[in-house]
Amino acid sequence: MSKPALPNKPTAKKSYRTLSGLPLENVYGPEQTDPNRYVGMPGEFPYTRGIHDTMYRGKLWTMRQFSGFATPEETNARYHYLLKNGQAGLSVAFDLPTLMGFDSDHPASEGEVGKCGVAISSLEDMETLFRGIPLGEVTVSMTINSPAPMIWAMYLAVAEQQGVPWSKVNGTLQNDILKEYIAQKEYIYPPRPSMRLVTDTIEFGAKHTPKFNPISISGYHIREAGSTAVQELAFTLRDGMEYVDWAIERGLPVDDFAPRLSFFFNAHSDFFEEIAKYRAARRIWAFAMRDRYGAKEERSMKLRFHAQTAGCSLTWQQPINNVVRTAIQGLAAVLGGTQSLHTNSLDEAYALPSEQAVTIALRTQQIIAHETGVPSVADPFGGSYFIEQLTAQVEEAANVYIRRIDEMGGMIPAIERNYPQSEIANASFEYQQTVETGEQIIVGVNQFIAAKEEQIDLLQIDETASEKQAAKLKSLRARRDNAKVEKTLDALKRAAEGTENTMPYLMDCVKAYATLGEMCDALKGVFGTYTETSVI
Amino acid sequence: MDNRIRVLVAKPGLDGHDRGAKIIARALRDAGMEVIYTGLRQTPDMIVSAALQEDVQVIGLSILSGAHNAIVPRVMNLLKEKQMTDVIVIVGGIVPDEDAARLKQLGVAAVYQPGASLDAIVEFIRSTVKQPA
Repeated sequence: MSKPALPNKPTAKKSYRTLSGLPLENVYGPEQTDPNRYVGMPGEFPYTRGIHDTMYRGKLWTMRQFSGFATPEETNARYHYLLKNGQAGLSVAFDLPTLMGFDSDHPASEGEVGKCGVAISSLEDMETLFRGIPLGEVTVSMTINSPAPMIWAMYLAVAEQQGVPWSKVNGTLQNDILKEYIAQKEYIYPPRPSMRLVTDTIEFGAKHTPKFNPISISGYHIREAGSTAVQELAFTLRDGMEYVDWAIERGLPVDDFAPRLSFFFNAHSDFFEEIAKYRAARRIWAFAMRDRYGAKEERSMKLRFHAQTAGCSLTWQQPINNVVRTAIQGLAAVLGGTQSLHTNSLDEAYALPSEQAVTIALRTQQIIAHETGVPSVADPFGGSYFIEQLTAQVEEAANVYIRRIDEMGGMIPAIERNYPQSEIANASFEYQQTVETGEQIIVGVNQFIAAKEEQIDLLQIDETASEKQAAKLKSLRARRDNAKVEKTLDALKRAAEGTENTMPYLMDCVKAYATLGEMCDALKGVFGTYTETSVI
Repeated sequence: MDNRIRVLVAKPGLDGHDRGAKIIARALRDAGMEVIYTGLRQTPDMIVSAALQEDVQVIGLSILSGAHNAIVPRVMNLLKEKQMTDVIVIVGGIVPDEDAARLKQLGVAAVYQPGASLDAIVEFIRSTVKQPA
């Protein structure tokens, strides 16, 4: 008798499910696993168990803390601090005006300059941001979406100034506009012209920057907006397929650009479900690239990803507990085979992290890497009855969504009919109901509440960042060759009206010190802007 | 006659994180209130105009970007200018305690920080809005 018996004694809950609602058995055995399902080895198609055979023995994941605040001067100092403390790569957080394509001195920027990240309005700001940081050695990830082509042009210009050839520039641009319409809502232009800009960067990257990832297809924000793990996985991978479709449509052979597509997932609190999610992600992507797109190169089929622990799981109450949440989530990402990791700081439910909090977060990764022994063995959960079955469940559930979006004609029609947005809003509301009723316990929030909350020291953002940035912009506009700026912006507009790749024109604008707002406005004139119809 | 409480849920500033605003809007609607959700990136002018036009008794502002100190005073001033001080303003989001105290001095009725319960917000609105006799 091998059928796992249900316990005879009463259980604590009526039903046991993952955070995403997938049903769970009491125990798993060979009965629940499909003997015909090929699990394989790490480094072998479909890479369920990891993209490298030696995994972290070959190369540890990159510890990459997302950071940026106030002015480029202050953020540059934080970068030097992080690199000195053993961080391997940088990850730039931009402020909201920059993310929305507004200069720091635009009226819409009031009250927002330097608050959620660093303010970057021109090449001059970018030069300051990377002062003393060798872009030929440090890899930089930039979380920027709608204005990604402009910010990338600035970055490539700084690399040039440092004497680093584009062929050696290594790093990542987030540049995932689809998840903006779906979840984070930082879009400027309508979906189709935005997709054209993304395709421009993918094409430009395939030709000029062989080591740079022009896009990081992101589930992180989808999850933070309240989706389930399955929705995060499905919408992200379907977004990825949409970018592949557009690049192929542009005439690029799939193996020329697919190896540079990268992904970004959330690391949430349901430990096993998260591990299963990363394993299922690699599997679905490998099959899609091989069978749906006819990729021949293994590198095209290997899903590489960055993970960040779940900001939305952090609590305002008893914030020190967030260190524990983050450690467990980070461990799940490592057990799931991530290529790089950001661990959140304990104070991030309040503000951007203080230097002390960000150090603890970095140390958390270092403890996982060097004290636990976890990185010594590739995919240690491989073959576990439970993990293999959960991986299959997550994969099947995600494929149902992917097929549904295919039937709608792809991700853009799906977005236009609010499909992913509604699915996420429903999941988010249902989850909140379980928190309200206490069915989902959140330690320190709806149970185990402290009589008195401890106070923590928070990072204070320099309130003068806005004035400093405005003064620099004023001086730049007076010093630069304004006729040249006009000329490059006009050329950009003409390119945008046609079908040429806009990247070379953006490089010219940036080098003439056109501001971010000027470049984004020039394209607004051609593409128009986007407003969503909100669903509640 | 419909005497449901009318609430405008608004997302001012550049921030697009609308998870909280949407959950609140739905919870208030489920509690029997008439909810108007403005959508994203509303200026204080747009919010106050919408409040006037929709004849709401409550404005709920959701701000997670740290821009509350710039945005909320604007809204409060505009309400004063338009003699709409009977409209109850509630703020939800990442608002530190000191800022919350300052916003309340400006006339904000309540500030809800992360972890606040939906029931508490519903109850507060019900008990604060003056029902027509």
